[in-house]
Amino acid sequence: MSQKINRSTLKLSSSPSLISYAAVAGKKESEGPLASYFDILYQDNGIGQETWEKAESMMQKDVSAKALDKGNLSAGDIDFVFAGDLLNQCVGTHYGLRELGIPFLGLYGACSTMAESLCLASIFTDNGLAEKAMAMTSSHFCASERQFRFPLEYGGQRTPTAQWTVTGAGCTIVGHSGTPPYVKGVSIGKITDFGITDINNMGAAMAPAAADTLKTFLNATGTAPTDYDLILTGDLGKVGSELLCELLEKENIEIRSVHNDCGLLIYDLKSQDVHAGGSGCGCGASVLCGYVLDKIKQGVYHDVLFMATGALMSPLTVQQGETIPGIAHLVHLSDTPW
Amino acid sequence: MDYLKAFLVGGAICAIGQILIDYTKMTPARILVSFVVAGVLLGALGLYQPLVDFAGAGASVPLTGFGNLLAKGVQEAVQEKGLLGALTGGLTSAAGGVTASILFGFLVALIFRPGDKA
Amino acid sequence: MKMTQQDYQHMSDLASPKTKSYQTIPMAFLIGGLICTIGQALTNLYTHLGLSEKDAALTTSISLIFLSALLTGLKVYDNIAKYAGAGTLVPITGFANAVVSPALEFKSEGYVLGLGAKMFIIAGPVIVYGTLASVLYGLILFLFKLY
Repeated sequence: MSQKINRSTLKLSSSPSLISYAAVAGKKESEGPLASYFDILYQDNGIGQETWEKAESMMQKDVSAKALDKGNLSAGDIDFVFAGDLLNQCVGTHYGLRELGIPFLGLYGACSTMAESLCLASIFTDNGLAEKAMAMTSSHFCASERQFRFPLEYGGQRTPTAQWTVTGAGCTIVGHSGTPPYVKGVSIGKITDFGITDINNMGAAMAPAAADTLKTFLNATGTAPTDYDLILTGDLGKVGSELLCELLEKENIEIRSVHNDCGLLIYDLKSQDVHAGGSGCGCGASVLCGYVLDKIKQGVYHDVLFMATGALMSPLTVQQGETIPGIAHLVHLSDTPW
Repeated sequence: MDYLKAFLVGGAICAIGQILIDYTKMTPARILVSFVVAGVLLGALGLYQPLVDFAGAGASVPLTGFGNLLAKGVQEAVQEKGLLGALTGGLTSAAGGVTASILFGFLVALIFRPGDKA
Repeated sequence: MKMTQQDYQHMSDLASPKTKSYQTIPMAFLIGGLICTIGQALTNLYTHLGLSEKDAALTTSISLIFLSALLTGLKVYDNIAKYAGAGTLVPITGFANAVVSPALEFKSEGYVLGLGAKMFIIAGPVIVYGTLASVLYGLILFLFKLY
């Protein structure tokens, strides 16, 4: 049973396990430092499909199949799947999961979707509403680019604060196997808007949401950043990460020694032309399900706060001059149960 | 000599565009629109043609040159047909460039596939 | 967290790296100048072949548009533009790239509503406002009998 610690923070008393997980990634990601941690690496981001949207759906198909396979499970074993992506109407997910036949709840949390889906899957499992629940998300550079920015062959110049949408997906299955990694708590974020309007500076737009969620969680649990081996944000990138640390310093919370960001881990910022780092649902998802969960399982990390951040705008509202609201959800992962 | 003039003037016009990108919040699409309208304005004031005479392609290849072309077209058309020329002059002078863009755009889209970025 | 939007904007500006203008502006100058020089070479060639000054200029534009379209299709133009910035944006080749790239990209949504309808999503405003400016100029010429 989940216990409410404060308004938005839940302690998952039964410590649900992540019984299986998988990550897939595209070409640029396979040239990055985490390449060896991904289950499938695509050498062609078209993945043999006619359109980028179909390619993204294919990633979701592959990553869910891989996660089921690694856990010796079939789709029929899963009670619910919580999933979403960045495409309009979440079509990447809808077509990707079309043939699986698992009761489905679609989510839109922009790039926070991995944490959002994992929160819900864990809560459902913790309270006995699901034996096994799946959490999954993806993003595809080309599909995002044509929807949010410009056609791929358009000759544009990126600003130094711009981030690179990760082509990748992550999927994890929550259940009760009594093996690590465990989910010990979750904290649901609030929509936070500090008035950033620059669509090429998403990290800055999302950092206040992450700061708010983390502060709320630490207050609720009475813990300090040093109680964790890693505080991992989803895709704040270089600029957003710096702003997160500065915002928390103003609240006398020092996280620099334990903070990292999936967008900084997935690429080599020096040699890969990604400016401020990676972004997208697939950024947090593939780094979590590829790299971090393995490290918790191996006991390299004991307690990790995974906090995926999302920018909740659309190209339309940005053109209308609206500011960019952000959100961040937190999941407390551990190698030991409560 | 005309190559040097084309290089310097063309380069300078592009550098102005880059300064606008770097130091203002203008998006590339706004810069293109501004350059064409600026070209029409400078052409109308008779300031752009001397630059074209001096620098040749250095002044006619940038989009300001396209704007100047529109202004020149309108000028000639109004002389010929009066009020009707105000409506026909601009696009008539731009017809070659726009039609070529449509044609080559169509052909390229027909033949090639969009690819991933490196 | 108590902080005004202005304070945060200021904080964000400080944390955000600036564009390296000492690199971007010379690159724009160099590549933009180079494209214009190629244009001059073409103009000289066409004049040499006997075209009038006006026709040579138009043929030059068309040739550059063709080259830009081809380089866009070959996925080369965007890679030059990454470094050239306004150097590939401002010349007529940038206009052509803005027409060709959405045509290519949105072909997957069909020849009419994709390729056809989306061809001018970026370059359309150039034609709209260029034409409107020319009409305004034409009206002024007519009303004030400046011709």
